[in-house]
Amino acid sequence: MLPTLQIGPLAFPVPQLSLLAALWLGLSLAEKLSSRNNISVETLYGLVFTGLLTGVAGARLAYVLQFPAAFIQSPASLVSLNAGLLNPFSGFVFGTLGMLIFGQRARVPFWNALDALTPLLAIMAVGLALAHAASGEAFGAAANLPWSVTLWGARRHPSQIYELMAAVLILGVLFTQIKSYPLPGTLFLAFTGLSATARLFLEAFRGDSATIIGGLRVAQIWAWVVLILVCLLMEYRNHRAIQKDGKNG
Amino acid sequence: MKFPQPLYTRLFYSFILVVGLIWIWYSAVPANMVTNGEIPAPQTGFLAPDFTLKTLDGQTIQLSALKGKIVLVNLWASWCPPCKAEMPAIEHVYQTYKNKGFVALGVDSTIQDTPVNVTSFVKDTNLSFPILLDENGLATRLYNIQSLPTSFFVGPDGIIRDVVIGGPMSEAYLQSQVEKMLKEVH
Repeated sequence: MLPTLQIGPLAFPVPQLSLLAALWLGLSLAEKLSSRNNISVETLYGLVFTGLLTGVAGARLAYVLQFPAAFIQSPASLVSLNAGLLNPFSGFVFGTLGMLIFGQRARVPFWNALDALTPLLAIMAVGLALAHAASGEAFGAAANLPWSVTLWGARRHPSQIYELMAAVLILGVLFTQIKSYPLPGTLFLAFTGLSATARLFLEAFRGDSATIIGGLRVAQIWAWVVLILVCLLMEYRNHRAIQKDGKNG
Repeated sequence: MKFPQPLYTRLFYSFILVVGLIWIWYSAVPANMVTNGEIPAPQTGFLAPDFTLKTLDGQTIQLSALKGKIVLVNLWASWCPPCKAEMPAIEHVYQTYKNKGFVALGVDSTIQDTPVNVTSFVKDTNLSFPILLDENGLATRLYNIQSLPTSFFVGPDGIIRDVVIGGPMSEAYLQSQVEKMLKEVH
């Protein structure tokens, strides 16, 4: 665990640095692979920065609407750099909408754009696991195993290391197989499906899971729903491609 | 192009989804396994580590005695610019919510500070919330402090709701966190 890196009088937050480094590396890899998806580098950067800008603006707007009194008393906080003043779910929704609008205006093919963004997403997943390892968040359930780590007053599953291993494995599987995908969008769906499978499996070793009735873990249920959607989409697209192939052949 | 045979893929998807469902049911959290709130640790979801410290005017304050209230434990030092920058916001929020059950504790990491400087800063900025002196570094160690300021928002049940490493925190953030926790109480 290394939440801050002290260099002289300055303390750098390691989790945020991990995410920034992942964004930079992810963008560099996505840029290198963009031509395979028939997406220009300008379009790729346009998509990402539109998503980031609308995401941050939406996340702040949602937070302001949630706690208007706090901002009426302190209007300068509207433009505060404090990351706590963001609503992550709204940020995701607004960011996605921003990218969709940009994509439509720039006439970017939908599935190609998702494939082009996948390297960035896969590296961000590695960055997120590193951020969790640095901050001690997303910690494991208590367990007395030879590879358990002592964290937050107990011996625990090293859940952040499991998360990191899964993210690296997914990155490796996707990009060693990159040339063999038959349809645009398969790379993105494979990434989403593999990530959902990893979450479904690894959430069982977490010690901080939100639960619902019967102790069922919310994240596992969401991961399972995402997995169903991925399977349905894969199946539907595969079926259509076979029909099309049959007509052409 | 060669596409996978539909029957095999359907069987594979069905297998994955069924195994997933069984795994969700098998790995459900047993009711007696939720122990986070019972273990003291400086992390969200855990019991705030208890300490007893003296204030600048010689009074003794024990954190666990404040159960039932919303507490901000702010670890700081008088030489730290972001710590000093967030103090007026903490004071303002304290003044606004102190009658609704909010307590701010400014825990000076005195092992790396001097009481004279602390007293002078507190007087100059007119801080009215309790300033505690962590003279032997107990709270600094218990809360695993690696950089200043670090703040812990503690709920009425003594469980940490949020941790903020670094600063300065904006006043809107402080206020929104206090409001969120007050909603839990009322």
